[in-house]
Amino acid sequence: MSLLQIRNLCTTFYTPGGLVRAVDGVSLDLVMGKTTGLIGETGCGKSVLGHSILRLLPANARIEGSIRFKGEELLCLPETKLRRLRGREMAFIPQSPATSLNPVLTIGRQLVETIRLHKRVSRQKAREAAAALLELLDLPAPEKRLAEYPHQLSGGMRQRVLAAMGVVGNPSLLIADEPTKGLDAIVRRQMAAVLRRLTAKTGAALLLITHDLRVVAGLCDDVAVMYAGEIIESGPARVVLTDPRHPYTRGLLGSLPAHGLKPIPGVSPSLIDLPAGCRFFHRCPDASPACGEVWPSLVKQPDRQVRCLLFAQGRESGKGVYGRDLQAAVV
Amino acid sequence: MHTETGNKAVVGGLIVVLLLAGVAVSAPLLAPGDPGRQNLVLNLIKPCWEYPFGTDELGRCIFSRVVYGTRVSLTIGVVVTAISGLIGVFTGLIAGYFGGLLDEILMRTVDVLLAFPGLVLALVLAGLLGPGLPNVILALALVGWMGYARVVRGAVMAVKVKEFVAGVRALGAGDWYILVRHILPNVLAPVIVMATLGIGHVILNAAALSFLGLGVQPPTPEWGAMLNGGRSYLRTAPHLTVFPGLAIMVTVLGFNFLGDGLRDVLDPRSQAKIPD
Amino acid sequence: MLAVAFGVSFVTFFLMYLAPGEPAEMIAITRYGAENLTAEQVAVIRLAEGLDQPVYLQFGRWLGHVLQGDLGVSLISGEPVLTEILARFPATLQLAVAAMAVSLLIALPAGVIAALKQHSAVDYFTMTGALLGVSMPNFWLGLLLMLLFAVNLGWFPVSGYGGWRNIVLPAITLGTGIAAVTARLTRSSMLEVLAQDYMLTARAKGLGEGRIIAGHALKNALIPVVTMVGLQFGHLLEGAVVVETVFAWPGVGKLLVDAIFARDYALLQGCVLIFAGCFVLVNLVVDLIYVWLDPRIRYEKGG
Ligand SMILES: Nc1ncnc2c1ncn2[C@@H]1O[C@H](COP(=O)(O)OP(=O)(O)O)[C@@H](O)[C@H]1O
Ligand SMILES: [Mg+2]
Repeated sequence: MSLLQIRNLCTTFYTPGGLVRAVDGVSLDLVMGKTTGLIGETGCGKSVLGHSILRLLPANARIEGSIRFKGEELLCLPETKLRRLRGREMAFIPQSPATSLNPVLTIGRQLVETIRLHKRVSRQKAREAAAALLELLDLPAPEKRLAEYPHQLSGGMRQRVLAAMGVVGNPSLLIADEPTKGLDAIVRRQMAAVLRRLTAKTGAALLLITHDLRVVAGLCDDVAVMYAGEIIESGPARVVLTDPRHPYTRGLLGSLPAHGLKPIPGVSPSLIDLPAGCRFFHRCPDASPACGEVWPSLVKQPDRQVRCLLFAQGRESGKGVYGRDLQAAVV
Repeated sequence: MHTETGNKAVVGGLIVVLLLAGVAVSAPLLAPGDPGRQNLVLNLIKPCWEYPFGTDELGRCIFSRVVYGTRVSLTIGVVVTAISGLIGVFTGLIAGYFGGLLDEILMRTVDVLLAFPGLVLALVLAGLLGPGLPNVILALALVGWMGYARVVRGAVMAVKVKEFVAGVRALGAGDWYILVRHILPNVLAPVIVMATLGIGHVILNAAALSFLGLGVQPPTPEWGAMLNGGRSYLRTAPHLTVFPGLAIMVTVLGFNFLGDGLRDVLDPRSQAKIPD
Repeated sequence: MLAVAFGVSFVTFFLMYLAPGEPAEMIAITRYGAENLTAEQVAVIRLAEGLDQPVYLQFGRWLGHVLQGDLGVSLISGEPVLTEILARFPATLQLAVAAMAVSLLIALPAGVIAALKQHSAVDYFTMTGALLGVSMPNFWLGLLLMLLFAVNLGWFPVSGYGGWRNIVLPAITLGTGIAAVTARLTRSSMLEVLAQDYMLTARAKGLGEGRIIAGHALKNALIPVVTMVGLQFGHLLEGAVVVETVFAWPGVGKLLVDAIFARDYALLQGCVLIFAGCFVLVNLVVDLIYVWLDPRIRYEKGG
């Protein structure tokens, strides 16, 4: 049974410019001991999806659908109960380490506070634990770091401090938002090793948000590809990465250095007024006219799910390819 | 959302300010009586039909005096702000644009003058120059221009490194042409906001000077001076104190509303403050 | 810093040349009255005060005296100016501290709550109050408070100096105007901090709302507020002049106004110098607090 079940999740922001549909009908399952990668371009809603799980959303957001954690519906949970889950059962490692640590508090204070939130220990004990934890994450001179302020640390160090804060509560679900972004190759590999070690030790489920496909290949069991608020392809990482079906996934892989660095032309649609048909339509090399009119639903295939008319059931069963969906659209 | 509340504030502030300007212009029509006519028999009477705000210790109609006071206060506010704004903008422009020693000298001067609390300096200046409207205006203008100079200088320094300035210069434009035609329009938004808030601030300070007896002198109907006159009768005739003060507050409120709104609309992120 | 101090004394000294008439004559008038003034008396004063020397020499001599703490002798009382000012200073200090306390007690909670409940009735109420506060002349507020709480209700004395009851109304009068500006700044600063990434981190940890505000948001939000409070001190001194006059509070502000009316130049210069000195000093202290609050600056400066 999965640890976390997301069903038809929609997160919408009310802004002066209109409704921003940042997450639009996402369903996702996270399983104990497994690492799931969430990839997609900047602004496609990855972080918002992560925030939605812990309900860390600003006041102008509305969230609909269902998120079940260990069978409990999170969207109905009162704030006080949810708070007890945060950090302890479900932890979140935020993106942008440069701004995610409080600039006026020492690293030690921020870590000790986190530790004492989850364990009843003395300040001194917590400080020792914090140093030990940083040591575990390969942070040099941990004692010294504890006395320093965030701006005195390098990006990679801050990233590890954030990771440490995420894992002190031994959560069964860990969400890491771009934990390797902006790190150089060596530090990135260290970070990946750290995350692998952590999940292996505790058997936690890890949702790894990234747009670094190498990290996905190295760390993830499953992968979900997001585009303009929707999941457009998901399945086992090995399957999806070696044999991508959705034109967007293929484009993503094609833009890797190893594949000739061909970026996908165009930009993704505004989340305020989304097109009627497929959201990837105007950038898709394989689009047919129908794709601009028919919104594709997620197609279940034996080894994966993919949201593309090319793989709609109609074609494989030999019926008129678009007929059914067009009818559905009319009705 | 920001601009929306900004627009409302602009409209609200503008209505108040325009109403006050109307009152100032048409004071002779609005005021039921001569603001200077004394009537010692009818002194210190409470607000009634004939004297909506009552009469003062010399039997003058307070409502008429408050109405005429609009002229004095608005004049001081606008003239002082215009003078200090011009001095400040000019100083800021040349300091920011030419830089170097000139900038250093001008900005040190600004630092020095800002080391004095503004009203204290104005008070001393007004006291030394002697009372009267022109001296009040001079004193307030002399202590009010530094804020503009600082803001404009900062804005100029930010604008002058932009590409279009280099482009215009490459076309052979002279320094003054660039300053007036290209840089000035780009720094105007914060100046307008500051000036609007500044008018309110100046009106407050002018009233304070008059209240202390160092500004506009009686019998001129000035709100601060009226408050000073009413102080002795606080116990027996509080209406002498209530109405002129209310007039000051409404006027300043109008300009503050307008200025705040303009700031939201023109440049939401600016730090333009009330000039000292 | 030294340049500013020099400039301040320069301006202070030359202030008295703004007055119409020759300084020696003005002093003579103050001393002997305009009617029975003789040219001889003026000449004696001119010589005695060194007013016949070139201006820059006068300034140098004056500055030398000031640096030794000699601000001259009050023309009216004949007492040394420094003695007079020091005698009045505690009263102004008490008033300033009390007013600052009043303003912070009102402004910080109001600004924080308004930010936490943005767009709520509390927010609108607070911000409207703040706008009223900045627009209200403090001498008028003082008179109204006097009318209500002293004249009508009799809770506090109308004016004067003495027990704690005396300071309540002046401190509230002086404090509210400043509270208005501080409350607005606190609110906008707090709103900015609440939108920062590290607030999400704090919430993701599982911290309660109270600890997030007190432990993570407040210190950050206070940094710009502290800077502002330093600038506000200038307004506080300005206000002190007015409020001391309204409530007959025997401070330096009242002394300054009296000196202006008496054309007591030495006393006037002394008061102005003290005001500017306090203002500069407070801003220095504020810089230090600022550095202490914001570690980013602390380490930049510390190397
Ligand atoms: N608080 C917010 N208010 C309005 N729109 C938001 C807010 N937060 C995020 N968004 C929008 O939601 C979309 C998804 O953002 P995000 O999840 O951060 O993207 P990413 O996939 O890069 O993590 C973006 O278009 C962003 O503009
Ligand atoms: Mg993101």
